[in-house]
Amino acid sequence: MRIYAICVYVFLYTPIAIIALFSFSAGRSASQFEGFSVKWYGRALDNPFVMDALGNSIFVAFVSATLASILGTLAAVGLQGIRGPSRAVFDAMIYIAVMIPGIVIGIATLIALVTVFDVLNPWLAGIWPDDRQPPALSMGMGSLIAAHTMFTLALVVIIVRARLASLEGALNEASADLYATPFGTFRQITLPLIAPAILAGFLLSFTFSFDDFIIAFFVAGSETTLPIYIFSSIRRGITPEVNAIGTMVMLASLVLLVIAQLILRRGDKRKR
Amino acid sequence: MSQRARNWLLVAPAGAWLLVMLVLPLSVVFVFSFGERAPSGGYVPAFTFEQYLNLPARFAAFKNTLILAPLGTFAALLIAYPLAYQLAVRTSEKWKTMLLVLVIVPFWTSILIRSYAWIFILGGRGIPALLEIVGIEDMRLINTPFAVLVGIVYGYLPLMVFPIYVSLDRLDKRLLEASSDLGAHPLTTFFKVTLPMSISGIATGCMLVFILLMGEFLIPALLGGGKVFFVGNALVDLFLQSRNWAYGSAVAMMLIIIMLVTVTLYMRLISRLNIQRDDASIM
Repeated sequence: MRIYAICVYVFLYTPIAIIALFSFSAGRSASQFEGFSVKWYGRALDNPFVMDALGNSIFVAFVSATLASILGTLAAVGLQGIRGPSRAVFDAMIYIAVMIPGIVIGIATLIALVTVFDVLNPWLAGIWPDDRQPPALSMGMGSLIAAHTMFTLALVVIIVRARLASLEGALNEASADLYATPFGTFRQITLPLIAPAILAGFLLSFTFSFDDFIIAFFVAGSETTLPIYIFSSIRRGITPEVNAIGTMVMLASLVLLVIAQLILRRGDKRKR
Repeated sequence: MSQRARNWLLVAPAGAWLLVMLVLPLSVVFVFSFGERAPSGGYVPAFTFEQYLNLPARFAAFKNTLILAPLGTFAALLIAYPLAYQLAVRTSEKWKTMLLVLVIVPFWTSILIRSYAWIFILGGRGIPALLEIVGIEDMRLINTPFAVLVGIVYGYLPLMVFPIYVSLDRLDKRLLEASSDLGAHPLTTFFKVTLPMSISGIATGCMLVFILLMGEFLIPALLGGGKVFFVGNALVDLFLQSRNWAYGSAVAMMLIIIMLVTVTLYMRLISRLNIQRDDASIM
């Protein structure tokens, strides 16, 4: 049994180890190790296309994770006091958001937004002052942020709601008995207690958005994110440079994940 | 402002966002699936079932998905269960969490990067080269259904291990002792106690993996080499290459319908299994 478990761990980590190993190869071939070198890391960091894609990915992940954390937390708090059919509709939307495959979200967002933009653009041009260039809405960073925010918002609602459900109502009552306003209670009691969940939600959202390929593939228009760059590089043929980028991306995700775990863990301890 | 109004105000932005970015797009897919393709690509309003009647043209994609997704789910279950059992039942508390985290960590790193690693391993200079040393020649692994299956199991194993681990961890270990004290064979204990008690974890794991596999694009695209393609690959082709939105929408609708039906049937089956177990325990 123990040997079996070790085999599974080997299975899980060999591919990751191989990418990391080949990223240090000095040769041009991506699948043969020809001496140790970090030159591909330098090459990747000097490549303007890579840095551009990285910048886009970080920007989209940061903005959508921030929006999702704010909107998701507000919704989770508000939902506590809402029952009945409207609650059921909201829950159904959250459920659909996490159930529907990413690829369907991608194509649906693409055709819906392109159709809406086709209607809006002539209308905007019509009402725009004559002496200025009317704005042309198109697929790009904005649509990508909107799509990622939709999905990660659902994640944040689920995480924060679980945290809120585990809090004791007595704390809120005590606070109210001591003449705190509802907002005061929220700011001084509830918010500090759910802060770890919000932060964990933020980091998970960031990781999701940063790693997402399929939604971005449809929705990003002519913009390139890092996963899109990596995918098209693989299509052209794998180079050690791609391995170096992959290793750095995995390392970054790992660091974020560890931070998220530590925060959630610390929150748990404080609660006890 | 009343408490009620305040709650609504808090939920409204998220609700509006979900309406515009989720409900509206999905409705558009539904409407477009009854439309027609414009000559230059895109969509022309119409009400026709033509797109749905044309679905058999993409039969191969549906067939591959409906064979490899359940097969991949089952293979992942077979590999995940013993590991989850080992972690939950036979590992000391000290190591448990760390070993579990080690299983989950890969899932949170880019599936794109993890999958393409298999291009090296299964490609000409990987396992086939090793096999040649042993004397097995001309073994082709990459761009086969097998390669896609390996990629699937590799990619989604963590998602299968986690829920099974949780259900086995909750299981009262004294039940296992009681069973063996009463003279039950370890296999009998496993099939009569352990397995039924972990059925909810198995169900959750299978559902999660199956749902994600139904919409898979990357793994067949990277490891199937255009020969083994899923519905997801057909969708990419229809929307990004041939720009046939109406037909693509019908394919997407069909995918959602198949998912809903299988998931519903599956839930029914699981709840029936649970009810039967409750009956048995009363007796």
